[in-house]
Amino acid sequence: MGGGDPRETSRPDLALRVEALEAILQEKGLIDPQAVDGLIRAFEQDIGPMNGARVVARAWVDPDYKRRLLSDGTAAIVELGFGGPQGERMIVVENTPQVHNVVVCTLCSCYPWPVLGLPPAWYKSPAYRSRVVREPRAVLAEMGLELSEDVEIRVWDSSAEVRYLVLPERPPGSKSLGEDELAARVTRDAMIGVAKAGDA
Amino acid sequence: MNGIHDMGGMDGFGAVVVEENEPVFHERWEARVFGMRLLALVSRPANIDAGRHAIERIDPVDYLGLGYYGRWLRALEMQLVELGFLAQDELDARLAGRRVESGPPPPTPSEPGNPSAQREIESAPAFATGQRVRTRNLQPRGHTRLPAYARARRGVVAIVQPAFVLPDTHAHGLGEQPEYVYSVRFEGRELWGERAEPATCVHLDLFESYLEAEG
Repeated sequence: MGGGDPRETSRPDLALRVEALEAILQEKGLIDPQAVDGLIRAFEQDIGPMNGARVVARAWVDPDYKRRLLSDGTAAIVELGFGGPQGERMIVVENTPQVHNVVVCTLCSCYPWPVLGLPPAWYKSPAYRSRVVREPRAVLAEMGLELSEDVEIRVWDSSAEVRYLVLPERPPGSKSLGEDELAARVTRDAMIGVAKAGDA
Repeated sequence: MNGIHDMGGMDGFGAVVVEENEPVFHERWEARVFGMRLLALVSRPANIDAGRHAIERIDPVDYLGLGYYGRWLRALEMQLVELGFLAQDELDARLAGRRVESGPPPPTPSEPGNPSAQREIESAPAFATGQRVRTRNLQPRGHTRLPAYARARRGVVAIVQPAFVLPDTHAHGLGEQPEYVYSVRFEGRELWGERAEPATCVHLDLFESYLEAEG
């Protein structure tokens, strides 16, 4: 994997190694393959950015919820049924016309699993981890988000056990949309802070 | 430790490349290693800090070459051997088609620990919101969550977080030693000097012992 190419290259050698390791751990009674299957299924099907999108859409339509979300993110997210590993302590940071927030983990790849699922390859790449703290404007522009110098950029480097979710600005022209339609417009990238929520 | 994992501010990694419609896992072995490591670390006498430090201890060339789930695999193997669940040569023997003597008897798994690292502590936080602080110039050989780019830098406390298990000790079996965590705001200029972009800042979550009051 180069710094620029986020795709893991195909590694048949690692595939064989993992197969052998799982066989050994199963023989020793240390791993239940069905429990592994269950975890994989959960992260492939149930735990992903659609959860965070519910949180954002609710905040856009319900000012009381938004207030709770910004003052105690953990509790407000649990209200909608989302919690668990890598989401035990959540802070939601709000994008405004003056302030744009973006999240990274330079030391590993910490990410708010219950609301966003597992991170995309680019979030884990050396290129993103090394650069976004030092030149967020350049990185965001490369990713398609040009921000004026009037907008302050706040980079949140998740270096402890607090996890961050960006509350994007509600897209202009979305007044007539209901909560479900709004949720469909909230992308993973908008909740990391490398994009804006889709225009209506 | 001053390792390859501590990437904030480094040059040379090129552009951020985004893959459209990326699957959660690119290959099945990635999914298997994800599930195995999560289960092994949640239910065995290991901890997330020791797990992160295992990844940091991977040879730096391998760290970059293995990719994300390759690192998970290497760290899982390292920890299983260190914790006595797997003999040093057991996996290689299996791969070579040799029937190995069973490895060491696995230790009895301990009860799952508290999954959250947040703790209540008696003392009051040493710093308050709005207070000016400076990071210490700590250069530990072991695990830390103070990135190199933010050592000996001045910032302002933006959020006083609850107390959390201190990774610097917990990763090494030296106890939880919980401390308050502070979200500290550092101006771009303070971190990157002339190369800083205008109107940018970085917030870091830092443990109390990483900080001292700035006059």
